Amino acid sequence: MPTYYNEEFETLPRPVLEALQLKRLQSVLERVYANVPFYKNSFDRAGIKPADIKSLSDLQRLPFTTKQDMRDSYPYALFAAPMEEIVRIHASSGTTGKPTVVGYTHKDIETWTDLMARSFVTAGVHKGDIIHNAYGYGLFTGGLGAHYGAERLGASVIPISGGNTKRQIMIMQDFGSTVLTCTPSYSLFMAEEAGGEGVDFKNLKLRVGIFGAEPWSEEIRKEIEAKLNLDAIDIYGLSEIMGPGVAIECIEAKKGLHIWEDHFIPEIIDPESGKRLPEGEKGELVITTITKQGIPLIRYRTRDITSLTYETCKCGRTHARIARMSGRSDDMLIIRGVNVFPSQIESILVGIEGVEPHYLLIVDRKDNLDTLQVQVEVDEQLFSDEVKVLQVLAKRIEKEIKDMLGITCTVKLVEPKTIKRSEGKAIRVVDNRKL
Amino acid sequence: MKVEQISIFIENKSGRLAEVSRILGDAGVNIRALSLADTSDFGILRLIVNDREKAITILKGKGFTVSKTEVVAVEVPDQPGGLASILQVLDSEAINVEYMYAFVERCGDNAVIIFRFDETEKAISALASKGFNMLEGERLYGM
Repeated sequence: MPTYYNEEFETLPRPVLEALQLKRLQSVLERVYANVPFYKNSFDRAGIKPADIKSLSDLQRLPFTTKQDMRDSYPYALFAAPMEEIVRIHASSGTTGKPTVVGYTHKDIETWTDLMARSFVTAGVHKGDIIHNAYGYGLFTGGLGAHYGAERLGASVIPISGGNTKRQIMIMQDFGSTVLTCTPSYSLFMAEEAGGEGVDFKNLKLRVGIFGAEPWSEEIRKEIEAKLNLDAIDIYGLSEIMGPGVAIECIEAKKGLHIWEDHFIPEIIDPESGKRLPEGEKGELVITTITKQGIPLIRYRTRDITSLTYETCKCGRTHARIARMSGRSDDMLIIRGVNVFPSQIESILVGIEGVEPHYLLIVDRKDNLDTLQVQVEVDEQLFSDEVKVLQVLAKRIEKEIKDMLGITCTVKLVEPKTIKRSEGKAIRVVDNRKL
Repeated sequence: MKVEQISIFIENKSGRLAEVSRILGDAGVNIRALSLADTSDFGILRLIVNDREKAITILKGKGFTVSKTEVVAVEVPDQPGGLASILQVLDSEAINVEYMYAFVERCGDNAVIIFRFDETEKAISALASKGFNMLEGERLYGM
């Protein structure tokens, strides 16, 4: 028998669930129309009033919200609640130097915590588990989101955050961790390091791994489960919508991630035409938040490519499932769990005197860790007859990327015109990872 | 007193140096002196050639990044302690040598060494005041 965190809501009959969604949708539309000038303007331009939305199908008539809209509203202009009610602020990578900012009211944190606790239970985690939370704590939502959910559940949470792998392994072993939360690639990296330390994961108490923040495959799941001796569960979330716990696989089926429809309405659209696609077809995931107060988003384009199914799941939950993320409809890269847009690196290069932005990002995965090489063409402005001047330049670019994006990269200076141009437009990214 | 050197950015991959020398050879440009500084990723080829403008035009045309740098060619007595006597002068004036390399040909009984200083003018007057001879560019290019 599956265990539930909130059986009533997780197993609501579809008609009841959809009635609840409509009621919540209508309420959030009224709220954003009244409180957020961006939504008033965009609804007015589309000639729609919140009262015109009389069914879930009417949602299609509303305009999308994009990451660009969030950037234009930097930092707080999309907030629907007054700042006095915002108790937490998180941020994620924007497409240029400025991050995408989200704010949570006390009730939003409550909802998130509940949904994360529900996600843990769905993944087979329970009170009494020792959760080794290796997601980063900070502006990134992963660490704190999982942390609050784990405490709500009554599990013991180890807020280890990322980095210092040897120490992570020692603590997992000595503290008897039963659940691991991190990116899938980091889990494999840990397994490799543990081998070097003479630690066998088969002797650890780990039972469940909850892996997210980057795309992975069934093959990688098999590899992780074999090497770490645990059930590997896929979790999905994004800070714009909430953070981790938007959707998760159930341990019973491990087939598609249940998206918590009492709080989010998912749609799949054709990224080109913007038209909604039928059930089962692959397209871009669009999410409407229907209970959020701090920053509700209407038809937010996640840019993640997936499909949706409403088929009944063997776990008994009635919430729709999204398939594993199979890519992006924009050029965002996920490198070691960090979202990176080529345009961010471009703006860093432009900011460095003399660097004309002919660059190429080469992403690879070595020993289960993502690597980023930034190739920069050396033009006459940049060139020096002294080796040390060029070396200092390369180091400076590496440092600025690290400071701005938080990722380590290597800069390789290359001859002009070595980076391929296709139809006048440079190719910016070569991703050699087999995901 | 100053000599013009051309510097070329070269990626550290096979055949690049051969490519540069072939391009210059085909254009009839004669290399008078050269030095290659390299790192694991890239190299900087520094050349004194008989026809600078031609070399620059032709290399740029082939997509290379090329720059001109002023260096100083100093005659060094071809005997033990010859180089040390020059470096001593520079040291006492706190002038840094960014890099240096030897000229292929000799000038009478003396060897010729190419210097790149951090303070070129200061180095020239310091060396001149101690009686060291520095060669004019035109003389070197045609040597």
